[in-house]
Amino acid sequence: MLGYCLKRTLAAVPVMVIVALFVFLLLRLSPGDPAAIIAGDMATPAQLARIREALGLNEPMHIQFFRWVGELLQGDFGTSLMSGLPVTTLMAQRLEPTVSLAVFSMLLSVLVAVPMGVLAAWKHGSLIDRVIMALSVVGFSVPVFVIGYLLIKLLAIDLGWLPVQGFRRLSEDGLWAFLEHALLPAMMLSTIYIALIARMTRASMLDVLGEDYIRTAHAKGASERRVLFRHALRNAGVPILEVIGTGFALMITGVVVTESVFNIPGLGRLTVDAILSRDYPVIQGLILVTSGVYVVINLLIDLSYALLDPRIRYR
Amino acid sequence: MTASKAAPSKDAHAMSSDRVLRVQDLVVSSHTQPDRHILKGVSFDIAAGETLCLVGESGSGKSVTSLSIMGLLPRGVLEHRGGDIYLEETPLLTLSSARLRELRASRIAMIFQEPMTALNPLMRVGEQIEEVLVMHRKGTTAGERRTRVLDMLEQVQLPDIERMYASWPHQLSGGQRQRIMIAMALVLEPRLLIADEPTTALDVTTQKQILWLIRQLQERHGTSVLFITHDMGVVADIADRVCVMRHGEVVETQPVQALLRHPLTDYTRSLLMAVPGLQPRPSRPVTEREIVLEAIELEKCYGRHSRWARLRGQQDTRTAAASDVSFALTRGRTLGIVGESGSGKSTVARCVMRMIEPTGGGVRVMGRDISTLGRAALKPHRKRIQMIFQDPFRSLNPRLTIGDSLIEGPVNYGTSRAQALKQAEALLIMVGLSGEAMTRYPHQFSGGQRQRIAIARALAMEPDVLVADEAVSALDVSVQAQVLTLLEDIQTRMGVAVLFITHDLRVAAQVCDDVMVMQKGRVVEYGPTSRVLGAPEHAYTRSLMAAAPGRQWDFAAFQPFDDVSESRSSDAFSTGLISGAQKA
Repeated sequence: MLGYCLKRTLAAVPVMVIVALFVFLLLRLSPGDPAAIIAGDMATPAQLARIREALGLNEPMHIQFFRWVGELLQGDFGTSLMSGLPVTTLMAQRLEPTVSLAVFSMLLSVLVAVPMGVLAAWKHGSLIDRVIMALSVVGFSVPVFVIGYLLIKLLAIDLGWLPVQGFRRLSEDGLWAFLEHALLPAMMLSTIYIALIARMTRASMLDVLGEDYIRTAHAKGASERRVLFRHALRNAGVPILEVIGTGFALMITGVVVTESVFNIPGLGRLTVDAILSRDYPVIQGLILVTSGVYVVINLLIDLSYALLDPRIRYR
Repeated sequence: MTASKAAPSKDAHAMSSDRVLRVQDLVVSSHTQPDRHILKGVSFDIAAGETLCLVGESGSGKSVTSLSIMGLLPRGVLEHRGGDIYLEETPLLTLSSARLRELRASRIAMIFQEPMTALNPLMRVGEQIEEVLVMHRKGTTAGERRTRVLDMLEQVQLPDIERMYASWPHQLSGGQRQRIMIAMALVLEPRLLIADEPTTALDVTTQKQILWLIRQLQERHGTSVLFITHDMGVVADIADRVCVMRHGEVVETQPVQALLRHPLTDYTRSLLMAVPGLQPRPSRPVTEREIVLEAIELEKCYGRHSRWARLRGQQDTRTAAASDVSFALTRGRTLGIVGESGSGKSTVARCVMRMIEPTGGGVRVMGRDISTLGRAALKPHRKRIQMIFQDPFRSLNPRLTIGDSLIEGPVNYGTSRAQALKQAEALLIMVGLSGEAMTRYPHQFSGGQRQRIAIARALAMEPDVLVADEAVSALDVSVQAQVLTLLEDIQTRMGVAVLFITHDLRVAAQVCDDVMVMQKGRVVEYGPTSRVLGAPEHAYTRSLMAAAPGRQWDFAAFQPFDDVSESRSSDAFSTGLISGAQKA
């Protein structure tokens, strides 16, 4: 088990190195002088020289790379060109809204989708199954912003149950305020994941329900509930977990639309702002962080497989 | 069913209360087509402590019968339409599903064919047995349950029971898993045990042990056993009475001795006649001297040859799947490779085909060493050696018509499409199918027909050697006999040599001129079939022969080889056929 974890963790290192290299080259390989790109069109030669000096662009490439990586490892991601604040500070401010919203949305998705999928698989071919599958097609095909605005119209404007926009921090404003403001965006974010996870759960459960050990469980006199949840769902878990994991990573990086619709000060908004203003250090930092999130989540998925399935553990 | 009344079954005089199970006129049909009956009025009963064997070929309805009794018919696929099933005095078909659940495991239990997949891979085996107690014996404490489970593990004769209890299914062998299943089935001392082909997936030596274990536990607990099998050898070894089924009907029911000696129906007679004899047929006279396939000290090792491990002074971790395997196959002959799972027989076949790379030694096809040839250089030799696989349901591409499957090989080797199609049609006729089959798809054929198509596909390449890897193991005995006859016929006509890989000694004895016995990757005995299987020298070959079920019966002659060795005691396993075969 320990060996497996160690191997998996070490396998993540080269991925991060490649990402770092890519991010490093992103700026250096773009056409023209990086200093000129950073400084913008109106810069004077003196300004350019200063930027070049500050970025160490006069040194050989590999020295620049190692120094940059060394700074990264110390937590120094550079300074934003627009605000003059350290990139780490900027991202730290934006991290909480995004992560708390993503976690909440994923929890919501799993709690709704997994029982739906199990039910559909159990009642395979019945009306319930077909209704659930039809709903999941709708969840897939309706654009996220349409669902967002529909939900706002219905729940916030017409019924007035929830606030239309804005965000409250879990850490500062407490759970209730957070939930009140996060519920609508979370519903919007989770529709597609509910559809995806419900489908995957159903497919995976159907596979497992045809297995011999399910027949064994029935032959032992196990109740339907026991067969479904104790024997089948755990065995169906690996593909479901895979979807949840990738879904979560996608959510962290793909919240741009949702954050725009609900005016939430998260990483998505930061990304849009940084790209629009060509704030390279911030873009670099964001790419590094989001790839890091992907790698870490993939690692967590791999490790949780091992927890779930003893056959992986002893390999 | 008239047959079952005519036969003097041993419980005919017994009180009805002695009967543990009574199945009366059971009718089961397809859910969507109520007129399509899968079971057409099946009746039989089982007395206390009795073993009833339900015998029949695939599609006879024997598994559907067992699932009906358990109330486990697949929902929305099969349905009861009539008849009754009584477990002692309880009618099973009218029970609520909750009551039926209570009965399962506590009064009727079941074990299945595939021990490899019958256990939940994510639960420790001890917990899986314990779950039965958790569900059916609500008041027990964890300590009591554990003691009971350990006791059962002891009873099914597993070693090191504390460690077994905490093992995961994937850590156990097939035989061990089947013992776990038996422990799980018998932990509540049910009145009836249904065993659905419980030893079919196991090696003969393991099969013998499991059959013995079931018999022993049955005697200790007084359990009745409904034993489903297609294997007449197993029937001869364990049945008290036999019920023969065909197309969803009971053909006849008789005590085992009576059935084997005096079958009442032609169908049973033909089933018995189709059982290949264990006594080897004489090798065919040698007419050709040309060696078409030769293996020289062939070796296949798995595992890394790790320098790092050696640097740290660790032992070489490689395992030899096959080592030092040498044989020569002449034109028109059949060489059998027999052995249990893990003996390396399939590894040898795959090395010879160059489907996997041998790690040592040589393979000569028509005198040319192909073991080290590169991909391109190998191509002209590929067509000389063709393979027929075990599972005809998976070895044909379901999306290609039979014609397309047959011509794919020749076209790859430059034959024109028209020419290849003409040849393919001729081949289909040769293997006993009609030319119309060309435009149809694999799912439209039965297992036996598909295996004929697989043979035609192999022959389309005009090979010198056919490698048949368990090519008839998945087929019913009657179909098996037909396919084997076809293979022999083709062999005499086309002079192709056959490398025949099988675990079935009966089949090997009937089709092979020479036999090579393998164990743990090594050849233990190699020579003419009549000597190797007729008078085996090596202890392992002898133990294999001794474990062959029903070896004291000459099924086709409707009598035992030696009337003295008829008893079913365990030591009858070690005498019997070998001496009988020599006398005969």
